[in-house]
Amino acid sequence: MGSPVPTGEGSPGASVATSTSPGLRPPTRRGTELVMLAFAAGIVTLALILVELNQERSLSLTILWLGLAYLGLFACAHVAVRRWAPYADPVILPCVALLNGLGLVTIHRIDLALEGTVFPDGSTWDPVAFKQVIWTAVGLLLFAATLKFLSDHRTLARFGYTFGLIGLVALMLPGVLPGFIAPEINGAKIWLRIGPLSIQPGEFAKVLLMVFFAAFLVSKRDLFTTAGRRFLGMDLPRARDLGPLFAAWGVTVAVMVLQKDLGSSLLFFGIVLVLLYVATERAAWVVLGLGLFSGGAVIAWKLFLHVQQRVANWQDPIGRYDVVGGGYQIAQSLFGLATGGIGGAGLGAGRPEMIPEANTDFITAVIGEELGFVGFAAVILVYMILSLRGLRGAISVRDSFGKLLGGGLAFALCFQVFIIIGGVTKLIPMTGITAPFLSYGGSSLLANYILVALLLRISAAARAPQRAPKPKPQQPAIADQHTVMVERPK
Amino acid sequence: MNTPLRRVGMAMMVMILLLLGNATWVQVINADEWRLNTYNRRVLLDEYARKRGLITVADGTVIADVKETTDRLRYLRTYNNGKVFAPVTGYLSVTYGTSGMERAENDLLNGSDDRLFARRVSALITGRDPVGGNVQLTLDSKVQQVAYDQLTAKGFTGSVVAIRPSTGEILAMVSTPSYDPNLLASHDADEQAAAWKQLTAKDANDPLINRATQALYPAGSTLKTVVAAAALADGKTKDSQYTAKGTINLPGTSNAPFPNFNGQPCGPGDTVPMETALAKSCNTAFGEMAAQVGAAKLRRQAEKFGFNDTTLKVPLPVETSTLGPIPDEAALYQTGIGQRDVQITPLENAVVAATIANGGKRMQPYLVSKILGPDLKPIDETDPDEVETAMSKDNASVLRDMMIQSEANTGGEGRNNNIQVASKTGTAEHGNDPLKTKPHAWYIAFAPAQKPEIAIAVIVEDGGDRGLGATGGKVAAPIGRAVMNAYLAGR
Repeated sequence: MGSPVPTGEGSPGASVATSTSPGLRPPTRRGTELVMLAFAAGIVTLALILVELNQERSLSLTILWLGLAYLGLFACAHVAVRRWAPYADPVILPCVALLNGLGLVTIHRIDLALEGTVFPDGSTWDPVAFKQVIWTAVGLLLFAATLKFLSDHRTLARFGYTFGLIGLVALMLPGVLPGFIAPEINGAKIWLRIGPLSIQPGEFAKVLLMVFFAAFLVSKRDLFTTAGRRFLGMDLPRARDLGPLFAAWGVTVAVMVLQKDLGSSLLFFGIVLVLLYVATERAAWVVLGLGLFSGGAVIAWKLFLHVQQRVANWQDPIGRYDVVGGGYQIAQSLFGLATGGIGGAGLGAGRPEMIPEANTDFITAVIGEELGFVGFAAVILVYMILSLRGLRGAISVRDSFGKLLGGGLAFALCFQVFIIIGGVTKLIPMTGITAPFLSYGGSSLLANYILVALLLRISAAARAPQRAPKPKPQQPAIADQHTVMVERPK
Repeated sequence: MNTPLRRVGMAMMVMILLLLGNATWVQVINADEWRLNTYNRRVLLDEYARKRGLITVADGTVIADVKETTDRLRYLRTYNNGKVFAPVTGYLSVTYGTSGMERAENDLLNGSDDRLFARRVSALITGRDPVGGNVQLTLDSKVQQVAYDQLTAKGFTGSVVAIRPSTGEILAMVSTPSYDPNLLASHDADEQAAAWKQLTAKDANDPLINRATQALYPAGSTLKTVVAAAALADGKTKDSQYTAKGTINLPGTSNAPFPNFNGQPCGPGDTVPMETALAKSCNTAFGEMAAQVGAAKLRRQAEKFGFNDTTLKVPLPVETSTLGPIPDEAALYQTGIGQRDVQITPLENAVVAATIANGGKRMQPYLVSKILGPDLKPIDETDPDEVETAMSKDNASVLRDMMIQSEANTGGEGRNNNIQVASKTGTAEHGNDPLKTKPHAWYIAFAPAQKPEIAIAVIVEDGGDRGLGATGGKVAAPIGRAVMNAYLAGR
């Protein structure tokens, strides 16, 4: 069976983009993007100055240089977009820049707080902000490379199955590999240790599998939408078409069991469900999927101690404050958030050292404590703008594969934010997962930069003027044709 | 495909709204639940990082100071003459929280009080750390010291409260056994823990409790002032006659004797005037008096003196003094002599004395005279507050004169013949077997009787050094007199 090939589709929603007449080139809005990037750089530099001031460190011109270097880095990204995706959405990159910059400042700030800390095993805190700067540079490089080498996102559809296979392997690898190469850290077995590098293949798998699912669903769309029985007013899919859903469910449960990674399995399953729904336009999938997930969750809760712990910590963090693996972390997060209140303690004036894992999973708690509700809400809103702009690109792009992939990527971003911030603020049980662009960690950053590059590519395809159709030779109407006399042969 | 994509967009918006709503709940609406949780050490650490305000007494002597340190907490709270002032200052401990004034005026001392707002803003702009405001107390350091020395000289457990009757200023508030709050404020966690363990040990006799405001005792005969006030308000005079019998049976019982002290008759005749009954503290007469007034009027009179005030803060919170339930006439007799379920704090008993001294006008008692900014400029000053007229001026004079008679009938040492005192003693029975339990010794008084400048209440628990034979006059009165003499000697 050959690779699935997307079927082009011109849906009514796409008419907005296509209405531009071929002769008039729409504005690229790259200037807007540059101005917003400079604004983000200004905010990040100001944040850095506040941290240094509040930590009573002497201010020097270095900060200005750091700010400029940051601006320079994102200016390069901007140039890459200008060159290789000139019609890309102008808001997405500044949002990412702002989040990444705030993340860097916060990670640096946590470094300062943990400076000189001696851990029970005798080791001391090793600052990580600089490493994250390197990761950011590498991430932006990947970002630019994606834009350069992927001039049309539809190309990806051709490699759908390949990506799917790589993604599946990457997702499952840490779970099945032995401990010396895939160690269990903080209860989750999601890392691969190769020499000095620790990578989380699951982060990349997220993007790869989304490409696969989008391609697969687009090629098999008709199958899913046609047959099926009606039940309770819903069109049920045929049993054999449930295959992919059950496969996804199986993988999710496997991830939950083998890697104890609740966050990733929740994220993964949510993405599959949304892709299925968008592809088939049938709510039945969502209902079925949610049912399956609830069932799986209940079974997991009954069977696994770490699931029970997370739920118990969520229900009563204070009651389990002193329990090992108990509510200490979530309680500290809530203490920080509440003590920060509306206005926050001020950048550099909070106590992030009291929250375990402050610079990864709980980085948003630190931001909420130091910037207060105002800053916390602003960060959440930036995430919202980022993912909605991505979704907008998906809605206005013309091809089904692009719609599906773009929608999935945008949803993945938003859903991941919901899972982690919801966990940090005790809206839902805490499931370890990174906050995109904020948390420390190379894998997450690189994967998310690729994700954003794809979103930009799709949005560029949506906004770029269509190439003028080849002029067809003029054919006069039949009525206007001269009557040709056919002479009867003599 | 666009319709489902838009719906996904809606779902994303809903998720964001949920996050924002929950953040509002955690950080704004319900923030206090988490912020004030005892496990949350952020607030305490922040407070330590600020320079806490000072607590001074009326003459400006600093009793709670701060010292800069090099450790993580930056400032160390130090208490001068800690044991004497501990019931009022309380302690400030990283591990064990706060008490006393440290707790009641915490917002001001740590600089977060709204009254310091303008200064906080300027501190924000100038980049200086916010600094706490200072609290100036009404305490007179000399009176406080004398009261403490008097109680501790013989190792008494008890309390002394002194009030200026015309204003309600609390001049002294002592509770023994006391403790050194410096030990709990220590930045050495082990030292703190050791002190805490010792102070909360079973045989330590609750030094951390400020008996003046937190302990409730049977009022004993000191309540007879309140009963007399109720009778006077009810139309009786100092000459109204009451039974002089040495022992009567409680009404409604056949064999429940209700005796005077030692069962002695109150006078030679069948009856005695109220004046004599108070001077000799005759139980039978006052049982009868309470019964004639009735429970409702007696309760109302007690409330006028400050009983049943559940919200009193000076600003230390004060336990509520009550007459207790009075189900029948027998209970009313017993209530009339301050026994049965009557419960009173030493502070409230001092308020009773001060109210009579002030011509029947009850002033709100208070400990904080001024609030000063970090720059020592006054921010707020407490104005004396007349709460209620508990007695008419005339009745107050009558009661005062009867209390002068009572003082003349009271034994004990420490009398200064140059100062006329009006007083009432009490020997309060308590415990399951009152006759075999050492009674609490009470003394409430004010002086000079004609132009009172100080009113006091003294309680010595469990008979002090006199055991079962203790009386208010022998044990508590000398302490009260010494305190009043010390205060008036300086005028």
